[in-house]
Amino acid sequence: MSVDSVFVHKMWNDNELAKMVEGGVPYPMLSDAGGKVGTAYGIYNEDAGVENRGRFIIDPDGVIQAYEVLTPPVGRHVAETIRQVQAYQLVRESKGTQATPSGWKPGKMTLKPGPDLVGRVWEVWKTSMESD
Amino acid sequence: MAEEQKVGCARPTGGLVGKPDAPQKQQEPQSTKEVRRMIQVGKPAPDFSAPAYHKGKFTSVKLSEHLGKWVVLCFYPGDFTFV
Repeated sequence: MSVDSVFVHKMWNDNELAKMVEGGVPYPMLSDAGGKVGTAYGIYNEDAGVENRGRFIIDPDGVIQAYEVLTPPVGRHVAETIRQVQAYQLVRESKGTQATPSGWKPGKMTLKPGPDLVGRVWEVWKTSMESD
Repeated sequence: MAEEQKVGCARPTGGLVGKPDAPQKQQEPQSTKEVRRMIQVGKPAPDFSAPAYHKGKFTSVKLSEHLGKWVVLCFYPGDFTFV
């Protein structure tokens, strides 16, 4: 979503993005003329008249689980967004009985929060697991 | 679901969906600029409807029509920049 019109979205997709991604962008490109939606989400930059790089993960109940906001010069890391979605999906499927520690990726160990874990995370989680 | 929009001369627009904020009490004139709703994790995402370009068609997207699915909503400064 940006403040550009759908007509500019079409030009950008058809003339540039379709050269990067076969078939063009597979998801809807939304237009937020005037930044009304961006303002509600707290990422509209009034001085510049554009949206900052805001990214929101919204769960199936319509609840915001995570967000990240960057100023324009720095781009995002899409793999990190996907990792976070996977982590939230796991937590949701476990109905909150599991949590994903720092550095978690699919297939790696999760934590089972509870009285038994208090003060004993060090036994099951090592700092080296943060970035392995 | 999303309906295809007819192409016209007017630029399609969207906006927020749902009840507007309740009128604020008039007692605190100094803080009127601070009453914007804050986005918080664990709180509902503001619903909206917005015009969209999707797979060669002009459509519109309403966030609440995607309940039941995970949604990643991305804002970016402008077309023809990196995302």
